[in-house]
Amino acid sequence: MSKVKVARKSTRIDMTAMSDVTVLLLTFFMLTSTFVKKEPVQVVTPASVSEIKIPDINILSILIDPKGKVFLSLDKQSDMVETLTSVGKEYGITFTPGEIQKFKIQKTFGVPMKSMKAFLALSSDEQDKTLKDLGIPTDKTDNQFKIWIKNARSTNKDLRIAIKADQNTPYKVIKDVMSSLQDLRENRYNLITSLKKVSAK
Amino acid sequence: MSEIQTSDTGGKKKKGGSKQKKISVFVDFTPMVDMNMLLITFFMLCTSLSKPQTMEINMPSNDKKITDADKSAVKASQATTLLLTGGDSIFYYNGQPDYKNYSSLKQTSYAANGLREFLLKKNAAAVSLIEDLKQKRLQLKISQADFSKQASAIKNGKNTPVVIIKATDRATYKNLIDALDEMQICSIGVYVIDTITKGDKYLIKNRETKGAFAQRGSK
Repeated sequence: MSKVKVARKSTRIDMTAMSDVTVLLLTFFMLTSTFVKKEPVQVVTPASVSEIKIPDINILSILIDPKGKVFLSLDKQSDMVETLTSVGKEYGITFTPGEIQKFKIQKTFGVPMKSMKAFLALSSDEQDKTLKDLGIPTDKTDNQFKIWIKNARSTNKDLRIAIKADQNTPYKVIKDVMSSLQDLRENRYNLITSLKKVSAK
Repeated sequence: MSEIQTSDTGGKKKKGGSKQKKISVFVDFTPMVDMNMLLITFFMLCTSLSKPQTMEINMPSNDKKITDADKSAVKASQATTLLLTGGDSIFYYNGQPDYKNYSSLKQTSYAANGLREFLLKKNAAAVSLIEDLKQKRLQLKISQADFSKQASAIKNGKNTPVVIIKATDRATYKNLIDALDEMQICSIGVYVIDTITKGDKYLIKNRETKGAFAQRGSK
């Protein structure tokens, strides 16, 4: 009986090619993607055929959740600080440097002015938890939203306003936001949508 | 690939008859791949690839100082008013509303054979011109700048319809976007988002109750 000789082969796999591929993929992801912003509420934007891309910088985005809560976010931290101090001045509130620092690192803000100080005193975990139940008041008697927009505009003239609202938001809320913007003569703004392919016929 | 073989076969040593020594430098890339995979996973989870689309919109100013003379009056024959209500339904009327006859208010939907069909028919002349222009653009006969210039000229032409969009509080944001979308699809150049009036609410109620509301009111 002849013995079958088993050739001894090294089990070592050459990983160089694999490494090449992963580095390529990594480069692709690093170059093409943008970081997801942390948002206090989940928002599903409606789809549209519009294909205009939103500009990268100088965006003041207004986030509206299905229940009608309004949040704001500015992309420049320096603008955020200036806006906070000038809004604080209108309400007679001065912020300590520590509070300003805490406000600066927030991605999205939306707290009524009277509870702003208490909110900034919370730890960031607690802030995330409470933020989704707050929101900037937009009603006619206490339209803080308008004051925020007005001050944000005066700190940065090149701001573009973008509205990101959930598709199930009642029109009443949108109407309030839009009419506040109209009162401030902000007549050009963008509505953020997701892409939908539709043929004309 | 990651192996470098060096053999010390110097001329002198050959003579000496010493053993040939092969040194293989093998770099193990497995940890490198591990790390890269981790990084890729991180980037895939924490970033978004697509930028959000936007729709640009110009609203009329709320300024009370504007006199009636400054307002451009819309010819009643060209205007169509869309009333967006809850339950994804749209009511529309052409020109002036007829408060007496409830059937003058027509109902339609956001489906392709609803509002879009109606608007395409109404704007047929402009739509066919835009289609021609798009064809020309596809065949690279005209530049993008020319295309957008001519397209806006067609859209804002003299006899194109004007659409007034009025949404009730029951409508959702999606309804508004869908309606604005139809304006783009149907190449309608002039459209306005307006606040709903009492008259419009009356019309909708009257339509929903098939005229019973008006009769009750007149009693």
